[in-house]
Amino acid sequence: MPVSSAHRPRLVALSAVAALGLLVTACGSSSKSSNNTTATTGGGAGTTTATTAPAKLGAATLNGSGSTFQAAFDQDVIQQFTQANSAVNITYGGGGSGKGLTDLAGKLVDFAGTDAPIGAADLPKYGGADAILYFPTVAAPITLSYNLPGVSKLTLSAASIAKIFTGKITTWNDPALAADNPGVTLPSTKITPVHRSDSSGTTFNFSTYLTKADPTDWTLGAAKTINWPGGGTGSGNAGVATSVKQTAGAVGYIDFSDAKASGLSFASVTNSAGTAVAPTLDGASAAVAGATVKADLTYDPTNASGATAYPITAPTWIVIYKQQSDHAKGTALKAFLNFILTTGQTSIAKQDDFAPLSSDLLQKAKSQLDQIVVS
Amino acid sequence: MTVTTIDSAARPSLVGHRKVADTGFRWVALGCGLLVLVILALIAIFTTNQAWPAFTHTSARFFTSTTWNPGHTKVVNGQQVADPQLGIWKFVYGTLISSLIALVLAVPVSLGIALFLTELAPPRLRTPVVYLIDILASVPSVVYGLWGVLFLVVPLSHFYKNVSDAFHSVPVLDSLLKGQEGKSFFTAGIIVALMVVPIITSLTREVFATVPRAQKEAALALGSTRWEMMRTSILGYGRSGVVGAVMLGLGRAMGETIAVALVIGSFPRITLNLFKGGDAMASVIANQFGEAQGLQRAALIGLGVVLFVITIVVNMVARGFVSRSERAAGAAR
Repeated sequence: MPVSSAHRPRLVALSAVAALGLLVTACGSSSKSSNNTTATTGGGAGTTTATTAPAKLGAATLNGSGSTFQAAFDQDVIQQFTQANSAVNITYGGGGSGKGLTDLAGKLVDFAGTDAPIGAADLPKYGGADAILYFPTVAAPITLSYNLPGVSKLTLSAASIAKIFTGKITTWNDPALAADNPGVTLPSTKITPVHRSDSSGTTFNFSTYLTKADPTDWTLGAAKTINWPGGGTGSGNAGVATSVKQTAGAVGYIDFSDAKASGLSFASVTNSAGTAVAPTLDGASAAVAGATVKADLTYDPTNASGATAYPITAPTWIVIYKQQSDHAKGTALKAFLNFILTTGQTSIAKQDDFAPLSSDLLQKAKSQLDQIVVS
Repeated sequence: MTVTTIDSAARPSLVGHRKVADTGFRWVALGCGLLVLVILALIAIFTTNQAWPAFTHTSARFFTSTTWNPGHTKVVNGQQVADPQLGIWKFVYGTLISSLIALVLAVPVSLGIALFLTELAPPRLRTPVVYLIDILASVPSVVYGLWGVLFLVVPLSHFYKNVSDAFHSVPVLDSLLKGQEGKSFFTAGIIVALMVVPIITSLTREVFATVPRAQKEAALALGSTRWEMMRTSILGYGRSGVVGAVMLGLGRAMGETIAVALVIGSFPRITLNLFKGGDAMASVIANQFGEAQGLQRAALIGLGVVLFVITIVVNMVARGFVSRSERAAGAAR
């Protein structure tokens, strides 16, 4: 039925109002998104002293994605940085290191968070090793959380961990574990090693540690996805924590902040110097200090030397392109990274359960900022 | 009585406007229909293109090999080189088994509910029950998965242990009903069955509603009991429709991602033991895609292509059955 001429003005008015409404909501949402990302932790420092930003930064929008391990730290840093520099909008999308690196290769993001360096085979996608810069940001310990009622203190050596997760040790009262824990009576409960069902940088760092610390017992390689021989699973760090809690006698590798949140007990791990070290931020910092840093600032703190180093420490980086073609974005990115390497290290890292970098590495990272070419 | 005719010459704008509106609407509708086809084609082309490196790396072993080890390395000239092993068969098996278990659990329940609603329920009860079934359908998949992980996994592991011990010496069933892992094929089957029941129920209900009254009354007149009438007239008559509905449920079951990922155990395995953990196609994509790069990523996309093709085939066959049943119902009137 055709629209009669009597109704036509009403229809035109209605569609005009609808179009106007859409326009208003679109403008409204874009101004809302300029208010930076949703803060995940409420524990960030209330007020920060102004960063030493010489001039007010011009308007710019920075997008990042990648590692979820560093996401909590990144969200806090972004919130504080954009509060001080209101013209800059930064979003960090998470999604996993793989996604971040793929996005960076496709130039969909300005910076990528990753828990592992880019593989040599993939470097050509970015224009070669000289086209990108790694900026180490923070590190954190990977705990071995366990569910063993009545056992409040547990120590594990690398060999025991390798044997547990490859299924060679099946009960808690195994002689190898008794040797690790003199004076502690361990029950005869069955051990259920819990691993990640999803691919993860945490698995990568855990398996890298075992490959270095005990290559004889650990034969499953170092990768984000391992062909486990058995054991329980969990989706994400929180899923592993749930699995460990549900199964008596279970032990799993969990990120420090998630392990703290779950209330599970952690085991101390014997490091390469022979000392049993508990998973603490100080232990992680000692591991970072004891690691060999390559020229491109990638380093491997697992099984690091040093008496107080916690051997299962996970590093993380922000990767960017050396050449920044957009002047406003490049300047903002440089200032953002500087903020991470100054206020981020002193005020924000520890509150979010991350270990700041050692002074040596921090100095190298700050001087690498000069290598960013902003056109 | 005078009849006033509206001369087309008197209101020329109205006729022209109607013609434009008609043609315009026809083109818009055609465009929308074509858009759907174009989108499907783009999905197929884009994903196959992204998956191609994995197909060329592994060739036929992609479909036949049972080893999925993307972190595998081999030594070439003294150097550790990445050599991912990408065989998807374990995931295809896991999807098929968990979907089959879901159907075995869901189909009798759905048929029972549909028969109850069309034949046995008093009219006042019909609407609330239909409403409840629809609520079951509207619960998000991830909520089923979380409920499964948090509340079902531990009690089910005890249940499996008891069943496994009970059937220990029975010849065929002992290998089927072995294992005691809370996160297993069977748990995934239970969760998916809950999600599939509303679909099968509503479709079969409509199929049963089209059974001509004459058929049912004839069966009763010949002396059959209520159940015999239902078995011969309704189930017999709506057979192809029921098969179609079941296959649509199967299509949904195979695509369930998060709920299955949380409760299936994520342990790629081919075994007849239903109470042991496994892995499924959609789950492994959800689990591994975020961190995957290079060949592993391509292989996961390839897995998605395989799932896409299987689901399309199942849905097409299902629609064929359902339309055959509808045509038969139309002809019988």
